[in-house]
Amino acid sequence: MSILDPLKGFGVTFGTMFRGVVTEDYPVNPAPVAPRYRMRHRLNRHPDGLEKCIGCELCAWACPADAIYVEGGNNTPDARYSPGERYAKDYQINYLRCIGCGMCVEACPTRSLTMINEYELADDDRQRLIYTKEQLLSPLLPGMEQPPHPPRLGTEKDYYVKGPELLKEYNDARRAAGDKIPQPPPLPPLGVATGQSADRVLRSTSRGEDAS
Amino acid sequence: MTATLPATETPAILGPAWDADAPAPDGYVKFVIDGQDVVAPKGEMVIRTCERMGIEITRFCDHPLLEPIAACRQCLVEMEMGGRMMPKPQPACAVAVADGLVVHTQRTSAVAARAQWANVEFILTNHPLDCPMCDKGGECPLQNQDLAHGPGESRFKEAKRTFVKPIAISTEILLDRDRCILCYRCTRFSEEIAGDPFIDMLGRGVRQQVGTGPEVPFQSYFSGNTIQICPVGALTSTAYRFRSRAFDLKSAPTICELCSAGCELRTDHRSGKILRRYAGENGDVNEEWNCDKGRFAFRYVTGDDRLRTPLVRGTDGSLAPASWTDAMTAAAAGLARAKAAGGVGVLAGGRLTVTDAYAYGKFARVALGTNDVDFRARAHSAEELDFLARRVVGVSPKTGGVTYRGLEAAKHVLLVALEPEEECPIVFLRLRKAARRHGTQITAVAPYASYGLHKMGGVLIPAAPGAENAAVAALAGADDPAGLRTDGAVILVGERAAEVPGLLTAVGELADATGARLAWVPRRAGERGALDAGATPTLLPGGRAVTDAAARAQVENAWGTAIPETPGRDTAGILAAAAAGELGGLLIGGVELDDLPDPAAARRAVENAGFVVSLELRRSEVTDLADVVFPVAAAPEKAGAYLDWEGRVRPFNTALKWAGGLDDGRVLDTLGVEMDVDLYTQTPKSATEDLARLGAYEIPRTRTASYPPTTATPAAADGALTLASWRLLLDGSRAEDGEPHLAGTRRPESVRLSPATAERLGLADGTLVTLTGTAGSVTLPLVVTDMVDGVVWAPGRVAGTSLAAQTGARAGDGVTVAAAPPDAVAAVDPDVVASEAEGRLGSLVTGMGGSK
Ligand code: SF4
Ligand code: SF4
Ligand code: SF4
Ligand code: SF4
Ligand code: FES
Repeated sequence: MSILDPLKGFGVTFGTMFRGVVTEDYPVNPAPVAPRYRMRHRLNRHPDGLEKCIGCELCAWACPADAIYVEGGNNTPDARYSPGERYAKDYQINYLRCIGCGMCVEACPTRSLTMINEYELADDDRQRLIYTKEQLLSPLLPGMEQPPHPPRLGTEKDYYVKGPELLKEYNDARRAAGDKIPQPPPLPPLGVATGQSADRVLRSTSRGEDAS
Repeated sequence: MTATLPATETPAILGPAWDADAPAPDGYVKFVIDGQDVVAPKGEMVIRTCERMGIEITRFCDHPLLEPIAACRQCLVEMEMGGRMMPKPQPACAVAVADGLVVHTQRTSAVAARAQWANVEFILTNHPLDCPMCDKGGECPLQNQDLAHGPGESRFKEAKRTFVKPIAISTEILLDRDRCILCYRCTRFSEEIAGDPFIDMLGRGVRQQVGTGPEVPFQSYFSGNTIQICPVGALTSTAYRFRSRAFDLKSAPTICELCSAGCELRTDHRSGKILRRYAGENGDVNEEWNCDKGRFAFRYVTGDDRLRTPLVRGTDGSLAPASWTDAMTAAAAGLARAKAAGGVGVLAGGRLTVTDAYAYGKFARVALGTNDVDFRARAHSAEELDFLARRVVGVSPKTGGVTYRGLEAAKHVLLVALEPEEECPIVFLRLRKAARRHGTQITAVAPYASYGLHKMGGVLIPAAPGAENAAVAALAGADDPAGLRTDGAVILVGERAAEVPGLLTAVGELADATGARLAWVPRRAGERGALDAGATPTLLPGGRAVTDAAARAQVENAWGTAIPETPGRDTAGILAAAAAGELGGLLIGGVELDDLPDPAAARRAVENAGFVVSLELRRSEVTDLADVVFPVAAAPEKAGAYLDWEGRVRPFNTALKWAGGLDDGRVLDTLGVEMDVDLYTQTPKSATEDLARLGAYEIPRTRTASYPPTTATPAAADGALTLASWRLLLDGSRAEDGEPHLAGTRRPESVRLSPATAERLGLADGTLVTLTGTAGSVTLPLVVTDMVDGVVWAPGRVAGTSLAAQTGARAGDGVTVAAAPPDAVAAVDPDVVASEAEGRLGSLVTGMGGSK
């Protein structure tokens, strides 16, 4: 051991002072994640606001961590939440259990369940980490109507069979009537951290969206 | 090579000693499956033999308890007969085994494998892609067999045929016709097993579909079984639709608590709530069937009116929630005071498990020092107790009692005061099977031939209420009109026989005279167990008579207490004494006052009793009048055992493990401790052990009193008709609460008169009539029925309320019947027209409108 070793050590410390910071400034300034990174779930809607989820529980079945709870219910003529007969009366995801594997998304037959790139799923309260259906449902975008309501996009059957075509017709009709069809807001540019919670909502509505 | 068959009901004739070259024994044939020599009983279908050999053959329509039909063509195998291959694959479910047959299943024949594979694909051509929303998804034979043996993917790209879906074939059963694979299981069940052929195949070809007749719903007490046997999700129940998935459910085997049939059931629950009940399998009891009441009436368990905490009547005179400790102290002090002030009567109720009933009987004797304990909350008599002591208590399949299988084997069965379809549905199914398969002759002594009797092809011996004695006595004649002198003949007598003085004696004498075997069939699940457990005024546990010093000493030794040597009061006696102020108090188990023969008198008695302790599941008339109320566990929340009508022990475990209720035995045990006595009934296990400590006892079958059969029909007052009445299976009893879809399948309630009587009274079929007793009247439509003159029949409950409570009349009483006033409307139970069912289904179905 040389007498100069302590100096060498301090030299490293001193030198580092002139290099860039490698740690994240979280939570003050969260770094953006890769745009296709997926974590928090989202239950999507049809363009008229009806829920895509039919409460089939296939996501719950597929989940290796048993994180999802679904209870089906009957749509009635007076209270319709989704096209068809069945809807999710209750839907919960337990983020204490979820491992983010995405099996549920793969299992979903209606493309109702997708994941968005929000990842801030930590809390000091276990109860709050069980997300309810209201928290998981996609916010109503312009043009959407809060269910229950009747299907606005043709009959149930047409809607099932030719959903995308109907949507195009519907949008064309609205454009022809002079309506502005809302476009989702653009993604924030890569590498720009937004940091504020208001932006976080924006981010979460703007990515991983599957509104059609 | 010789196959060794797994053990089955077939005698073990194959084994190491069996010689492959020897011919098959009598009644058996020898043939070859996949190169193995096998022996099978004549008449067996090839698919059954394969099953026993462990060869799985895909199938949809085949069901071991239904007749073969070969509708789905899924079980195709290749067959050779006399060395020649049959030109096409044959359905294994419909070809009987034969000497010299050679079978090639999919294991050895590529043709068979290909045929099965192709048939799945064919069946799927028109099957909708409904799995995500279909209730059967996850437990569906079509899904499973397609994944295991089928293509898994369809080449059929054209549009599938669709139907409006679902249609409600009754308020409880929904039919999705596009899912149906036309296997005929449901229609065969309804025709062959239940005898209610209200659904059938309609149309042909690709439009062929299951359906009901116009305006005739699938109104069968057994309709729920079709859901269970449908191999796809074409039949679903309104109650369970979309509520859960197979993988969510925790299943617990259980025994039905709703009648004395003792059905094996499976309770499926999720998050502490029962979501459905399925029939379990038990060849000795219910085979694979059960009734709709047992299947759908379980919502009462989680009803809003369940009691959750003890209640104590405070100084202000109102019931208030209290801690268990306070309630126990109050109850013990009150009972001790009541005991000193004339004694306490115990009404145990007929729905208890054996050990709970034992706790009531023991509590009465040990803590209250009385024999005033009775489980009978219905018409009863001293003669009945004598009959039960002589001929029923202690009898079980083990002691050679009548069994379900015995019914099936009997050549002749006589029914007295028993309507099996309404009062013990599985007895009905067995009897119908016996009549259909083995030609059993069924004879019933009743005022008219019910629908159930028709379905059993039975013969009616018409008898007005009160005149049954003479009719029964006449059957003892040498000409033997009911065939009771034949080998294995059985007499089944219902609990209603107690309504007619002398009838049980006459039935007993008939059995003695003819040598026929005799069994008693009560309605409630707990009655047989309570009888054997000693919750009666004359019998201690195990049929030991209170008056028999030696028997009493045996119990006194085990219990370490003296037992009064005089028989106690029965239910009517206890209530009369309470009303007269002779008793200081009452301890009441699950008793509905309306079920008692005189509800008004019972109400007065409970009101008059100085101190009333009630052990109940839910708020009731009794709990409203009680001074201390203890909540007890419902059947799915506790363990225990029932004795079914055969006397067979039907043990069950807790289904809802976390519900946390205390059973009656536990509550009484704690109450005993509070009163300084030990019951040892804190768990069913310890109660059973305590019961076993009594030791062995031979029940002397001697007559203790004589009840000469009365032959005189009670003379009805001038112009009055004699009332005949019994309870229907589904009649708005409290167990059915909370299940409106089930209520919709109730049979229409009506009053019945013979054509002559109706004519005499100037009443026409279908018109509204008013039946009036001493205390009131009910209005129902009249159905003119071929029946005894001078008698009127009405259901035991009308619009969900006891007939006796509404009219003051019970079976055998004189009542008057007259045309209803023009503005009268038929009594309708508000529960029946189910708003949800109507709202959802009303637009799809015409002519449903409930049962009334
Ligand atoms: S991402 Fe994976 S662990 Fe999380 S809910 Fe979905 S299936 Fe379950
Ligand atoms: S999210 Fe998808 S898979 Fe889950 S219940 Fe809804 S429709 Fe079914
Ligand atoms: S409804 Fe079900 S049981 Fe009845 S024929 Fe169709 S598939 Fe078979
Ligand atoms: S027959 Fe009796 S025991 Fe069987 S399910 Fe029905 S009510 Fe329950
Ligand atoms: S199972 Fe044999 S034809 Fe259906």
